[in-house]
Amino acid sequence: MTATKSVRVEFGGGLELLFSNQKSHKVEIPNKTFDDKPTDMNYLILWLKKNLLREREELFLDNNTVRPGILVLINDTDWELEGEGDYIVENNDEIVFISTLHGG
Amino acid sequence: MAPKLCALCEKSRAILKRPKTGQQICKECFFYVFETEVHNTITQAQLFKPGDRVAIGASGGKDSTVLAYVMKTLNERYDYGIHLYLLSIDEGITGYRDDSLETVKRNQQQYSMPLKILSYNDLYGWTMDAVVAQIGKKNNCTFCGVFRRQALDRGAAVLNVDHIVTGHNADDIAETVLMNIMRGDIARLGRCTSICTQGEDTIKRSKPFKYTYEKEIVMYAYFKKLDYFSTECIYSPDAYRGHARAFLKDLEAARPSAIIDIIHSGEAFAVKEEVKAAQKAQQTCKRCGYMSSNELCKACSLLEGLERGVAAVGITDRARKKMDAEGPAPEGLRTIPYFQMPAGPGPSTTIQIDTS
Ligand SMILES: [Zn+2]
Ligand SMILES: [Zn+2]
Repeated sequence: MTATKSVRVEFGGGLELLFSNQKSHKVEIPNKTFDDKPTDMNYLILWLKKNLLREREELFLDNNTVRPGILVLINDTDWELEGEGDYIVENNDEIVFISTLHGG
Repeated sequence: MAPKLCALCEKSRAILKRPKTGQQICKECFFYVFETEVHNTITQAQLFKPGDRVAIGASGGKDSTVLAYVMKTLNERYDYGIHLYLLSIDEGITGYRDDSLETVKRNQQQYSMPLKILSYNDLYGWTMDAVVAQIGKKNNCTFCGVFRRQALDRGAAVLNVDHIVTGHNADDIAETVLMNIMRGDIARLGRCTSICTQGEDTIKRSKPFKYTYEKEIVMYAYFKKLDYFSTECIYSPDAYRGHARAFLKDLEAARPSAIIDIIHSGEAFAVKEEVKAAQKAQQTCKRCGYMSSNELCKACSLLEGLERGVAAVGITDRARKKMDAEGPAPEGLRTIPYFQMPAGPGPSTTIQIDTS
């Protein structure tokens, strides 16, 4: 079995500054968690924290999910329509995180 | 999961959950309701009349970029007959404003609107970099706020416009309501929710995005692929506002209508007459002619403090008294050019527009 799935992750609205000032990242995450559950958005967010986030984690995370004021799109759809953290990430998904908290 | 259908057209796949209503809608319907709600806000408040010259306060950030795009769209779609300009203030913050001004210059091309940039350095002889070098990072937002307000009015006078629209959105206004409550600033509480403010002789200012949620502004910019700049001001730690914003976002996460509810609460605080009477009468600044509630306007007061090396002047009365005790302002003190209100409608005279 293939042990990983490939995900394109994009950051905008200033969030990219926390991720090496790079907007677009291609990442490989495990298919399953250690207890054999398919990996979901909650997993991806913590994975990004551990593997990609470079600074000021409090600007990205709050209570183990994205902090309020960060918009998330899954394949160009508001994640609020996709089950938010419970959405099971699929191979080749495109996930966008945009901060609304930076200047007007 | 089966794709959800749009609650409005029932044809296309929903891409957004509206924070205001919880409705799930498709991209085309989202564009349409977003624009139409702003149009309704504009017409209900009767913000414009044909022939008006209107400046968009443009920072290069998301709100003013989306505002410029939507104003242009609505002006064409509904035939407002208004003339739109971009007005930007260059605070002189290296690595922040110089980059965002590049965005505004691109917007000028993309939206084909004339652009005027006014800098603190030209107007006051001080960049924010220089101000911060002298006074440090505490209180610098006070200087910047006072300087920006006056610079926008002066830019408007140069453009001979009647009206400045700004990108303040529903989240910004709710945040200001909260801050005014927490500070006990009742007089300001009533004013901060009004869509349009016009003092005795100030230039009209209004907020067409008053009821527009920040989430929708950012989503609109994203789906329209609008070009905006997003980096926090490097001097900006306005911690109090930051806390108010975080609190508001937490409230919104629990109940999305919180933002509109707070604005409605603010609107419901009718300011009593005696509170209004306690506000100082307006006069003109004896040094620069700008409207002021004291002999000297706030900008002149702050500027004199900077020039004389007493930076707290204009922030505390005590510092002001101390400087006054040291004698009158010295001869040759740098001052702000004399302010004159726009000439009003009529043939537009020699207006210098930056074309670069
Ligand atoms: Zn639709
Ligand atoms: Zn003055």
